[in-house]
Amino acid sequence: MMDFGFSISPSSTMNLDKVDLTLYDRLCSIEPDARKCMACGSCSATCTAGPWTGMSVRKVLLDIQRGKDKEAAAMLKGCMLCGKCTMVCPRGINTRHLILSLCRIYGEDAK
Amino acid sequence: MIYQGKQKIWSDYQKEIPDNHWFYVRSCIRQSFFPASERYFLNICRDLLGKDIYETEHHTTCGGIAYHSDTIPQETAMTIVARQFALMKEAGYKNLVTSCITSFGNYTEILETWREFPELEARIRENLWKACRREFDKPEYLAHASDLVYKFRHEIASKAKYNLVDHMTGEPLRVVEHIGCHYSKMFPHKGVGGAEYPCVLSGMVDSWGGQVIDYPERRHCCGFGFRQYLVKANRGYSIANTHKKFESMEPYHPDMIITNCPGCPYFLDRWQYVISEMEGKTYGRNGYGIPVFTYEEVAGLVLGFDPWDLGLQMHQVAVEPLLEKMGVPYNPKTKYLGLNGKEIMKPGLPTVLKCC
Amino acid sequence: MKDNIVIVGGGIAGMEAARQLLLLGYKPILVEKSDHLGGHVADWHCLFPDMTPAQDVVKGLVEQIKDANIFLETEVSFINRMKMGYNVMFSNGVNVICKAILLATGFDLFEASRKEEYGYGIYDQVMTNRDLERWFNTGDDKRITGKDIKKIGFVHCVGSRDVKAGNQQCSKVCCITAIKQAMEMKERFPDAEVYCFYMDLRLFGKKYEDFYIKAQMESGVHFIRGRVSEVSENMQGQVIIKTEDTLSGKPAKITLDLLVLMAGIVCNKQAVQTASMVQVQTDSDGFLKSKDNILNIIETGSKGVFLAGTATGAKTIPETAAEARAAALAIHNYLVAQS
Repeated sequence: MMDFGFSISPSSTMNLDKVDLTLYDRLCSIEPDARKCMACGSCSATCTAGPWTGMSVRKVLLDIQRGKDKEAAAMLKGCMLCGKCTMVCPRGINTRHLILSLCRIYGEDAK
Repeated sequence: MIYQGKQKIWSDYQKEIPDNHWFYVRSCIRQSFFPASERYFLNICRDLLGKDIYETEHHTTCGGIAYHSDTIPQETAMTIVARQFALMKEAGYKNLVTSCITSFGNYTEILETWREFPELEARIRENLWKACRREFDKPEYLAHASDLVYKFRHEIASKAKYNLVDHMTGEPLRVVEHIGCHYSKMFPHKGVGGAEYPCVLSGMVDSWGGQVIDYPERRHCCGFGFRQYLVKANRGYSIANTHKKFESMEPYHPDMIITNCPGCPYFLDRWQYVISEMEGKTYGRNGYGIPVFTYEEVAGLVLGFDPWDLGLQMHQVAVEPLLEKMGVPYNPKTKYLGLNGKEIMKPGLPTVLKCC
Repeated sequence: MKDNIVIVGGGIAGMEAARQLLLLGYKPILVEKSDHLGGHVADWHCLFPDMTPAQDVVKGLVEQIKDANIFLETEVSFINRMKMGYNVMFSNGVNVICKAILLATGFDLFEASRKEEYGYGIYDQVMTNRDLERWFNTGDDKRITGKDIKKIGFVHCVGSRDVKAGNQQCSKVCCITAIKQAMEMKERFPDAEVYCFYMDLRLFGKKYEDFYIKAQMESGVHFIRGRVSEVSENMQGQVIIKTEDTLSGKPAKITLDLLVLMAGIVCNKQAVQTASMVQVQTDSDGFLKSKDNILNIIETGSKGVFLAGTATGAKTIPETAAEARAAALAIHNYLVAQS
């Protein structure tokens, strides 16, 4: 292959046809409220860990909805389980419980 | 796909194109990319259709390349364009036709800007007078040369020696049409058929017997994009756009691509070689590429001009498989002979892309 | 026999106003340009938020206004102002002298083909909200009937909140209509994935938010925040759409078997013409101009000319009906004051 000094740039376009929703569906089966998120961001705004680690429950859910399971798992590591996000969620999602359920799923998969 | 739906849109975007007496301005780059296209446009208009088309050796670049590469301010481009208008006035013409799509976009944008800001036009008049003591009139009609070929497409069809048809099977050729972004994306009403479904090229293809392919990335830019290509660090996304278009059109197995812009055919043609060297992938049949043409070249082929006189040996992607499909005779021995019969040198062969 | 009142338009607003005026002892004259009463609602299948059959609403009103003078397939030809009222000439040749006119002229559904990039009328699998309601009613549409529908998309704000399309205003009802239709489609195609592409979800009305949560929880509708920029067709005849997933901050594309465009509510051009006969102007949003947009939406700058319903802007059915009742009362008060 010839070296032209540049190569075809990768595309950042998300192909939603190819999103794998297995993890999302598993999560929803044990945490049906996960579907309720309306991406308001109050959880992220109040997150104790967020400003230092990039943790955001909203983004974790979005990543899982877009099939980006690894990114979600990495983000979850920042969570300190303080429960503040649960206090502020206007849709009443038990986010702390949801995070623990997700960790359990990831834990099962790691076995 | 509902063809009548497109016809309905086309009827909303019909532009008035006078049928004679044009002042022609050439492109900066087309004469080196597609050396015969402008000449054959003039030949077809003058000799075949009997039209009056005037050009002068005094005209210059419109400044479009520099403007779109952010190297000159728009006022400079405007003054350059004002000078072309002055040349047109001096020659006694009122209709301007441009060879280049970016020129067409540049002229259109300038005229529209002056319409909105007459004080700017007054300043440019002053600039021009100070710079070269010339005065100009704005053109009554502005067209791109492809508008004229579109207008005369039926006359060309009536004089056709070959059609865009597989001469063995009688099947229409599958043609991708690609419109330069600066043709109508900025001002949809200035283009034949508008900006979403322009019919300036598809109209030619229809009249000359081909079948237009509407593939998902049809509207996408060829990737040239001036700054994208001109700065080497950006070439990766220039070619990524072209790659995206080819990946999208590939399943339709196009026989050819017709274009109306200087940059698009160049990049759609040359990037096929680069993609083949980078990825080992080709998009035509049997390891060939998909040949890419200017509309003048296609008109020339349809009218029966010799492919080498039309400059098709200057293309990267071999045109011979298409010539054979159309039943256009060609002499492989004269491919690299110049007009005076001397060898013009043969290009080296790519490692992947099959060429003749 | 009390004074003549002319109601222009036989949709919800015109019918509800006629009903109230009948109850008040008047015998209004109602003209409707189409061959049936009910306006746009007559083309609809079920109504949010309780999935009431649209036909029940229309039929109920039609039943109750039988005593009014109703002219179908009739338009207003011209209106002359007289000393004490108006002389109205109808296209059927009838000439009426009246003291009050109610413009209940309604709206036009945005012509979706004008958003050329969405390919309505060009790509096979693109339809509008109205087409989908028609399919709910008739079961007959070649875009759906007999097709294997696995992925469905709804595009919000088609011709609404769109300065380029000439309509800056929000059409109010499309967000909730999209959610309603998304859930209805999910019921009919349980295996399908359903997507809503929205800029904002404007769910202001009674029980609308409940609908939204239900769509998320029970129907599993995917909500993607981003305006669809371009639609194209692939070799299989499916549509491919481009949008930005603005929450991820990335461009996205998806292939769909059916795309439903939520055509918005735009001003009724013919109504503007009729209104100009009685010197009623249009407001800056293109809809008919009320005397005041807070407390006097019913009255106009012209004496004896009243407005009700979507002639003044996008409204829901309950809002329209409430306005029609207010208009009937305003007309009654006006006529009482006149005599």
